[in-house]
Amino acid sequence: MAHRRTFRSIAAHLLAIIASLIAIIPVYLICVNALKSSAQSSSMGIEFPNELHLENFATVIEQGRLTTSFLNSMLYASSASIIATLFAAMAAFVLSRQRTRFNRFIYLFLIMGIALPINFFTLTKIMQITHLINTKPGIIILYATLQLPFAIFLIYGFVESIPRELDEAATMDGCGPVRIFFSVIMPLLTPVLVTTGILSFLNTWNDFIMPLYYLNSSANWPMTLAVYNFFGQYKQSWNLVSADILLTILPVLIIYLAGQRFILSGMTSGAVKG
Amino acid sequence: MGWDPVLKFGSTMKFRSRYPISFAAPALVLYGVFFILPSLGGIIYAFTDWSSYSDEVNFVGLKNFVKIFTPGEHYLGYFSNTFLFTIITIIIKTVVGLALALLLNEGVKKFVNLYRVMIYVPVVLPMLVVGLMFRSILNPATGLFNTFLRAIGLDVIAMSWLVDPHIALYSIMFVDSWKGVGYIMVILLAGLQTIPKDYYEAAKVDGANGWWRFWFITLPLLMPALSIVTVLNMLYGLRIFDIIYATTNGGPGYATEVLQTGIFKAFSQGQYGLGTALSSILFVILLIAGYGVIRLLEPKPVQQ
Repeated sequence: MAHRRTFRSIAAHLLAIIASLIAIIPVYLICVNALKSSAQSSSMGIEFPNELHLENFATVIEQGRLTTSFLNSMLYASSASIIATLFAAMAAFVLSRQRTRFNRFIYLFLIMGIALPINFFTLTKIMQITHLINTKPGIIILYATLQLPFAIFLIYGFVESIPRELDEAATMDGCGPVRIFFSVIMPLLTPVLVTTGILSFLNTWNDFIMPLYYLNSSANWPMTLAVYNFFGQYKQSWNLVSADILLTILPVLIIYLAGQRFILSGMTSGAVKG
Repeated sequence: MGWDPVLKFGSTMKFRSRYPISFAAPALVLYGVFFILPSLGGIIYAFTDWSSYSDEVNFVGLKNFVKIFTPGEHYLGYFSNTFLFTIITIIIKTVVGLALALLLNEGVKKFVNLYRVMIYVPVVLPMLVVGLMFRSILNPATGLFNTFLRAIGLDVIAMSWLVDPHIALYSIMFVDSWKGVGYIMVILLAGLQTIPKDYYEAAKVDGANGWWRFWFITLPLLMPALSIVTVLNMLYGLRIFDIIYATTNGGPGYATEVLQTGIFKAFSQGQYGLGTALSSILFVILLIAGYGVIRLLEPKPVQQ
């Protein structure tokens, strides 16, 4: 009996290890091939580099103009996630606290955006009318807008867990809604705001569809689009493409490993509690 | 003090004004102008010959829709590819995701979090990068996948994964499932953890074996999580774009073309009226699907 149990447990671990390896092999491939010579990396093999070619990174940063696109990605992802989180928190707060029929309709209307597609054609027209097309503020506004529905959904659920008595006490002390929200509610929302911020940041960092449609100048391109363009030029040099990819996913992996608690809780909370 | 009017409003109308609806205004304005307005406006433009070739925009009735639904054109293929992609990825991700969730919930006792963190890694990677990685891994001659198959003597199934028009779409489904299955596993794992342990204990006492416990306890109690996973995968699949753009860009021929890549092609070719028509059809499909997801995600309405 005991033997059978140990055997089953070993088999289960073996399966889990295989699944984990399959999940991370491509990242491993990118890491080792980023350090190889052009010739050795041509087949993207799993073997270690014969000699370390650290200069690959310098080459791609220079050739791929990665500094500009890194700063662009940083700007887009951080601005969009701050704007989306703030606006979503404000909306979720009043909509969750004041459950009138009208507010409920507004809430459903907003979170419907989780499901809906964008119409890129008419959005182009709106971007032209507002003079936001091909501009950095334009792309930031679009990214913030895209994150709003899911952010509102996440925060709305969390607001319920904060006792209303706090709002009442604050009113007694003479606080208006602005003070109640910023000095009483916002601090208590911190966990869900961090989750929303991280998820919005990652979504924006990883996206390349918006710039594909709405940024034609390469000076405004984020990392993802720059990588794709780099790949087009250096298809034969997988070592350089790998180095470029590694630099693009490094921030994502760091944020993921540091904030995985927040990310996993955010991705499951809505689904399971609901 | 731009907020002053709100504060004043607040002191006169006691309860209601503690939560002024103006707080929702910034979100509503952005969402309304940059999301809903284009979608609704697009439905009107779907009935025009709007294009990049001419400044004039004329109503042409149902012409765009007739063209889309003409069997000779390739647009119907966009729909069937999108639906096929959606259905098959739902099945793969749910089955594999559930298997992995069960493995981590019951099979292994230690390192659960480590496995979970690793299996989730593909979810956070940019789709564009995943596409480029798999272009190399699935390369028919030099790719790691075929090299591996040949090494274990399975030369027969070492195919031209992304190049052969008959299997390219399935190869992309495989890549997409690889990327997405961690997300599904995490949701199902969280669902499994809400099932009280004593149900299983009681069943064990009654002599129910593993399969019985799975069929009569796990599956029914996991239904809410399973239905949410299904709907999320459906919404995702119907809007699929980036993985196809990054691996085959719709090719070879039209073999892997889906609605969103078709919309992007129409955009690049300046066929705005036609593209808007395609986009509006997708909008209506997702509006119906989205209504379903909201009903699922929402707990029973609580009236205050």
